[in-house]
Amino acid sequence: MPPLTLVDATHAALRLLLSGDPDLWGIVGVSLSVTLRAMLIAMPLGVGAGYLLATLRFPGRRVVVVVVQGLLASPTVVVGLLLYLLLSRQGVFGQLQLLFSQTAMVIGQVLIALPVLIAFSLSAIQGADPRARETAVALGAAAPRVAWTMLVEVRFALMAAVCNAFGRVVSEIGCSLMVGGNIAGVTRNIPTAIALETSKGDFAQGIALGIVLMVVALGINSAFAFFQGESRR
Amino acid sequence: MTLLAVSELTKSFGERRLLSIDQLTLTAGKSYVLTGENGSGKSTLLRIVAGIETPDSGVGHYRGQRFDWKPYPDWLRREVIYVHQHPYLFHTSVADNIAYGLRARRVDLRQREGMVAAAVAWARLEHLLATPPQKLSGGERQRVALARAWVLAPKVLLLDEPTANLDAESRQQTIALLRAFCTPQSTTVVACHDRDVIALPEMQPLHLAGGQIRPTIAAPADAADREPNAALKRPVDVT
Repeated sequence: MPPLTLVDATHAALRLLLSGDPDLWGIVGVSLSVTLRAMLIAMPLGVGAGYLLATLRFPGRRVVVVVVQGLLASPTVVVGLLLYLLLSRQGVFGQLQLLFSQTAMVIGQVLIALPVLIAFSLSAIQGADPRARETAVALGAAAPRVAWTMLVEVRFALMAAVCNAFGRVVSEIGCSLMVGGNIAGVTRNIPTAIALETSKGDFAQGIALGIVLMVVALGINSAFAFFQGESRR
Repeated sequence: MTLLAVSELTKSFGERRLLSIDQLTLTAGKSYVLTGENGSGKSTLLRIVAGIETPDSGVGHYRGQRFDWKPYPDWLRREVIYVHQHPYLFHTSVADNIAYGLRARRVDLRQREGMVAAAVAWARLEHLLATPPQKLSGGERQRVALARAWVLAPKVLLLDEPTANLDAESRQQTIALLRAFCTPQSTTVVACHDRDVIALPEMQPLHLAGGQIRPTIAAPADAADREPNAALKRPVDVT
């Protein structure tokens, strides 16, 4: 059989996508489900921690900030390795039997998203006009209202943080592969499936999934750019 | 009656002692104009009294009740309002900005809407309600900030250079609103260099020099003799 050209493989990929191939769309479903759950957990934790780091002064704060910024560059495969060790049968959380489950993938993606969300939120709050907080305080707002006001005032910087974190976790492969195990129909997501199909020489499915991943990433960022533009009119 | 009294107040920035005030007493229902050179500490003093900055030391009394500077008491925050020289407006709407302090005080929606409408009419902001706050001019922002303070009916209002950097018309409108604030129900302190504000008959002079309050200062001769600004004669709607 002659090797598939890129054009042939792309045609086959589009046919797969348009035909509603259940395996392919099942993989897309796993990816989106895991990533959205991870983001729903990571967003309040990351933005909250970023806000507290930006506003509280405590001993060792500087060290925490440096560690968080350092973790921005942490390889996802190392996060996967650490989580694997914790969740494996001999690990601290071994009895929970979470290894090779979607829950394990969600935990891994939360850990990967958190440094991005914390660092970007910290930067956004620190970069806000100091009069915003002072005005809220001077008008009698209590601490929770002041916090909410500040987050609303820097909402576009926070949206950028969320987009960035989403982009990082939806496309990561190292952690998902290690703690998910790439089990068909259960923990096989887009990046792990692309790696598997490509290694098997099935470029059509790899390209089809790559297209979906690109559309999702571009869609999220385009929506962000649109809302940002609307706000500046 | 003494409303707010501050004594033995000090504030330093690094090696520099900015404020060293033996006694500052604000009487209920009086209006004060706080003058002083640039960098003399006028803004810092207002910010301390408003609880936005903390002094190094000092004793504060409000209606005879002693209060701590840190943490600044919530009950006092509801009595004292500070307005920045360049007011910050939240990225919401003009009406939401005016309603902000009312929401913080948990005023119910119906009552809040009525109070915001009254404040909008007071500051003549009707035509600006649909304009995003960030598109407003300096004078319009100042009027929104004054309406946002007025709607809370503060017992003590602290205004930091409210007429600085405004064009003539905005300045006149701001001075007119400022005068409307000077009622027996409110004690107002205005930090400024504006000679028309200094010359307002209802203003008691306070002068800050060398970190200390001096109760009187001779108003600039030309300001004292000057015909009051035309804007001051303009009637002000107070609803």
